[in-house]
Amino acid sequence: MRLKRTNTLTINTPEGIRFSLILAGPVMRFSAWLIDFLIIMTVVMLIESFMFGIIGALSWDLATAAAALTTFIAGIGYGVLLEWKWRGQTIGKRIFHIRVMDAQGLKLRFSRIVIRNLLRFIDQLPALYALGGITCFLNSKNQRLGDIAADTIVVWHPAIPEPELNHILPDKYNTLRKYPHLAARLRQQVSPHEAGIILDALIRRDRLNPKDRVRLFKSIAGRFQAMVEFPQEAVEGLSDEQYIRNVADIVFRTASL
Amino acid sequence: MIIDLEKFIREEKPFWSELESLLDRLEKQPDFRMNIDTVKRFHYLYQRASADLAKIMTFSSEKEIRRFLESLVGRSYGEIYETRSEERRFSPLYWFFSTFPMTFRAHIAAFWVSLMVLLSGAVFGGVSVYADPEAGRILMPYPHLTVTPAERVAEEEQDRGRRLENVKAGFSSFLIVNNTKVSIYALALGMTWGIGTVLILFLNGALLGAVCADYLTAGQGTFLAGWLLPHGSIEIPSILIAGQAGLVLAKAVIGWEGESLTIGNRLRKISPDLTTLIFGAAVLLVWAGLVEAFFSQYHEPVIPYNAKIGFGIIEFILLCLFLTRSGQRDASEKNQYAHDQYA
Repeated sequence: MRLKRTNTLTINTPEGIRFSLILAGPVMRFSAWLIDFLIIMTVVMLIESFMFGIIGALSWDLATAAAALTTFIAGIGYGVLLEWKWRGQTIGKRIFHIRVMDAQGLKLRFSRIVIRNLLRFIDQLPALYALGGITCFLNSKNQRLGDIAADTIVVWHPAIPEPELNHILPDKYNTLRKYPHLAARLRQQVSPHEAGIILDALIRRDRLNPKDRVRLFKSIAGRFQAMVEFPQEAVEGLSDEQYIRNVADIVFRTASL
Repeated sequence: MIIDLEKFIREEKPFWSELESLLDRLEKQPDFRMNIDTVKRFHYLYQRASADLAKIMTFSSEKEIRRFLESLVGRSYGEIYETRSEERRFSPLYWFFSTFPMTFRAHIAAFWVSLMVLLSGAVFGGVSVYADPEAGRILMPYPHLTVTPAERVAEEEQDRGRRLENVKAGFSSFLIVNNTKVSIYALALGMTWGIGTVLILFLNGALLGAVCADYLTAGQGTFLAGWLLPHGSIEIPSILIAGQAGLVLAKAVIGWEGESLTIGNRLRKISPDLTTLIFGAAVLLVWAGLVEAFFSQYHEPVIPYNAKIGFGIIEFILLCLFLTRSGQRDASEKNQYAHDQYA
């Protein structure tokens, strides 16, 4: 297991495969906690109004006792129950796509969930999770004291769609393919790193604002145009972005495994 | 070398989708159990996704597919490599009468340390009040403890428990919540290398010692025993058990036994025991809270002091028998349990 300062935890599997988990930062965790806190407060208020409204009519003393106990249990039980049932997630964590995990990537055990939730009592000292926040900030795995005691981490699992290439690579005729010798030379000269750059740019193009998008593709296209020069008729009327899509088509569709 | 992404995705995507739907099912249905064929298929899909991840990392810098595969492999990894058996179906009775006392005995050294610290605090509190009665104002900052013992005894005996009419349940729940919070702090502060746990135990001991010294020097020993024993015979051991859990945690944080385990492994090794000890203490505190609100606050002439003292002593003997004897028949099961937990 290896830890990089870039907030990822790398785990090496016995098969020799390495995968990274993105650690959730203090701000994201605090935001999720804030949502959970508001939910707990709402639940507590509902419990109290129920207790005093229904049971209070029979016995105010009994209602006070029931409200105090259920409020206390709800405060601790909310995190324990949801993290146990939802495999490391509460409502706040679900909203922010974060999840409690075993620090070695294994299954989360009930006892560890209990420990990390009980240690909230000291993590929240002196107020607003100051101690937990500072510990989380200083710890290389972004762990608060409860996470250290339970050997758990909180990871960010952004929703990752299944990969689709159809919307990236061109479905129209690729004019560059009319020149197979130049296409072959281009494939030969493009390094995996450069190939990664064009694929990344194409995948993320919709997230860029129009100005940056034009500027980015102009810059990338310039680099590939300088690498192999195609005849004017092959590139005439092609935008920089279309040119890059055609390059990606050549690089990724014809190379063999 | 750059792989033919389109071919790669076209060929592998059905396997990724199958693995993802299996993982979704495992995550959304905690009770879902795979049969042997599904397990085999799951293992095959995991290995295939792992191989694809290795391929994509070696031959291409394609980040989106890599992140997708990392997410799949990461989610599968925990399911595949979790070698500890599933925690047995939880039985509250078995847990309370076997697991809890056996766990208590497994960490008995920490309990003795916890007791010694509390007793040190009690001696400190007692000597302080005996030597300087004014020290009581600092050590016992509670309104009902600021009056003289004789005044309090007279007041309580005259009151005959009327002041608690219609508030006993609320008072009981207040005591349960408050004492459970103290216990949780005693456990949690084990993370401060045990310093916080020792402080909590010492301060509670000092308060107890100061109260005892105050009442004993005033000649109110019988009232004191009748007042404290019914609930204290359970409440004080419960706080000690929470302190024991805090010290077990501290020991794992410090790692002073020269174990070859990392701090993470030491902590994961003790987490089931910490959970058992703190929940066990909480159960005992519920009983203590009920006794304190519904029984301890009634004095003579409502309930004779001898009856209250006798009740407290019987409770204490039963607690000692429970903690030292209960669950012994199942020692071999405990070993199996421990093996399952720590493997």
